Amino acid sequence: MSITSLPATATPVSLAAALNQALADSLAEDERVVVLGEDVGTLGGVFRITDGLAARFGEERVWDTPLAESGIVGTAIGMAMNGLRPVVEMQFDAFAYPAFEQITSHLAKMRNRTGGRVELPVVVRIPYGGGIGGVEHHCDSSEVYYTHTAGLRVVTCSTPSDGYRLLRQAIASPDPVIFLEPKRRYWSKETATLSLEGPALHQAQVVRPGRDVTVITYGGTVATALEAAALGTEEGYDLEVIDLRSLNPFDDETVTASVRRTGRAVVVHEAAGFCGYGAEVAARLSEQCFHHLAAPVLRVTGFDIPYPPPKLEAHHLPSAERILDAVSRLQWEDEDV
Amino acid sequence: MTSTQESPHDITAPPHPLLPTPAPVQLIDPAGAAVGPAPDRETLLRLYRAMVIGRRFDTQITALTRQGRLAVYPSSRGQEACQIGAALALRAQDWLFPTYRDSVAVLTRGVDPLQVLVSFRGDWHCGYDPYEHRVAPQCTPLATNTLHAVGLAHAARLRREDTVALVLLGDGATSEGDTHEALNFAAVWKAPVVFLVQNNGYAISVPLAKQSAAPSLAHKGIGYGIPSHLIDGNDVAAVHTTVSEAVQHAAAGHGPVLIEALTYRVEAHTNADDATRYRQDEEVAFWLERDPLRRLELFLNRDGQEPPTEFAAEAEALAAAVRAGTNADTAPDPAGLFGHVYAEPTAALHQQQADLLDEIARDEEARA
Ligand SMILES: Cc1ncc(C[n+]2csc(CCOP(=O)(O)OP(=O)(O)O)c2C)c(N)n1
Ligand SMILES: [Mg+2]
Repeated sequence: MSITSLPATATPVSLAAALNQALADSLAEDERVVVLGEDVGTLGGVFRITDGLAARFGEERVWDTPLAESGIVGTAIGMAMNGLRPVVEMQFDAFAYPAFEQITSHLAKMRNRTGGRVELPVVVRIPYGGGIGGVEHHCDSSEVYYTHTAGLRVVTCSTPSDGYRLLRQAIASPDPVIFLEPKRRYWSKETATLSLEGPALHQAQVVRPGRDVTVITYGGTVATALEAAALGTEEGYDLEVIDLRSLNPFDDETVTASVRRTGRAVVVHEAAGFCGYGAEVAARLSEQCFHHLAAPVLRVTGFDIPYPPPKLEAHHLPSAERILDAVSRLQWEDEDV
Repeated sequence: MTSTQESPHDITAPPHPLLPTPAPVQLIDPAGAAVGPAPDRETLLRLYRAMVIGRRFDTQITALTRQGRLAVYPSSRGQEACQIGAALALRAQDWLFPTYRDSVAVLTRGVDPLQVLVSFRGDWHCGYDPYEHRVAPQCTPLATNTLHAVGLAHAARLRREDTVALVLLGDGATSEGDTHEALNFAAVWKAPVVFLVQNNGYAISVPLAKQSAAPSLAHKGIGYGIPSHLIDGNDVAAVHTTVSEAVQHAAAGHGPVLIEALTYRVEAHTNADDATRYRQDEEVAFWLERDPLRRLELFLNRDGQEPPTEFAAEAEALAAAVRAGTNADTAPDPAGLFGHVYAEPTAALHQQQADLLDEIARDEEARA
């Protein structure tokens, strides 16, 4: 492989640094990869995910675009038609909405429209979700707008080592990928060796094995679910936690295997519950695991409200306590154990 | 433009180098007289041949649509000078980014006529391989193709390839945000793109006066730092010359060019539209008098030189092939619905395909 500055041994690394490393390694390894967006050049992005890349790879590989999101995605589509592999950054979740038409009408559909003749290996990176005290328009969880659109892969990450591998896999994917980065986890560190070894792009992962309940989640709330699992042991619940990672396609195999074992499931996400991703998961579980379920699948989600202002966001975000409260409501009294 | 000085029409110089001339550039007037330096006879005959064929192609499809053989057709009729003059100004290595309106441009670029019809017949969304003739799929969401053209052209520049992208759009599409983002990106990046606005006076039913308060649509270029031209879109010589020069300008690394071509949509917006609800017959008659094909014929005839007649036979043969191809029933394969959503169909799509094929098989069994 190529010039990478990967440390051979495990060291503490943040998600932000891991994503930066993934971009650097992809740029170094494949000259077709380009990185563009608002402030991604000199500044290194408002979250510094592209820090140092323009200096290292030059303005023809990493550059600041004019300020127009539809323009960024629309031109990336044209670049991909002409042999490049653009990785574009949307500055914040809600600021990707101007690009929605390009994403849904073209990025998602071009392969299908042309019977597979035109493929668009574009990655749209979106820092998403709340929990950072951000004001309006900076905290949306917009995943289902994209998961509902056939032709897009939608991927989230929750840890530095996953973030590194998943972003590299996304850039190498022949399909367009919406890559959702939980901004509240950007600075959390993990002692890890960044590597390409690991599950494939479409695979979910059991991040904590347990016997009693499957907690299914992704992105920013994976850490919350793990916290709930740790607290749960004190209350006598052994929680299994699944990090979905790929929201589309959905890894039915991993999820249903777990739920068939535990017989109980809670889906957790910070986006609104109504028509949210949890509704899809619950429906799939009732279709595929009905006879294994001891209780209805419950959801712990954000309220059906616009994202709250900073001083009220803690009320909105799923907490470990709320997850455990849902766990306690899974009809344990009916169990003849 | 070369014509500005020579033209006997009062085309005064633009007040600023980026602005269009006050009067549209014209090389051949509606009576077929030269009013500027027309292309050489060989080029004109190439344009004429494509116009005879393009016109016949379009009228044949309109007829087939009236017979209910096609799902929908947005006609190019009346706009052939724009579409053909522009398509033939491209070099083999250039790209065309057409809209739904531009079937004649797509045909002229070399795409197989029956492959052009695949989408209008309702068999698939795009029937041709965009890489074969460097023609992007005909684009329906207005103005979105402008950005694709800029991105493709910019990538060509980064890869040190000599490729220009020509994007076609309508007067209505100039109001869409993507048009403005594309003009701005192209100018900032100095991308080799030519924007050709076919101003046919209407966006479905909405006339230009309700679309824009600009002195002309070509005036929109100066705000982005883009040189712009206003031309007579029914004068194929003016279109071909202007677009050729714009392609050279872009290819030489000088950045994008915006061209507004004044023309008219002779048919309704599509076969599903009733144009009598928003325009008068006299207006259509006025423009039929300015028919682009007849204008070129008059010019080619001017010293008693008959234009070649063999093109008409070629056009008839194409029309016959289009009729035969359209009348032959096609049955697109339902399995094709699932195969190209992703590079590899997902497990869920495999299942859905199997379920559909099973349902179809059971239906067929029940009918047998
Ligand atoms: C984004 C978008 N909005 C609306 C439409 C529906 N629509 C199709 S064609 C059209 C009029 C376009 O007018 P113009 O750009 O002048 O092109 P013309 O049809 O006259 O060639 C409209 C409103 C569309 N295709 N895309
Ligand atoms: Mg129009």
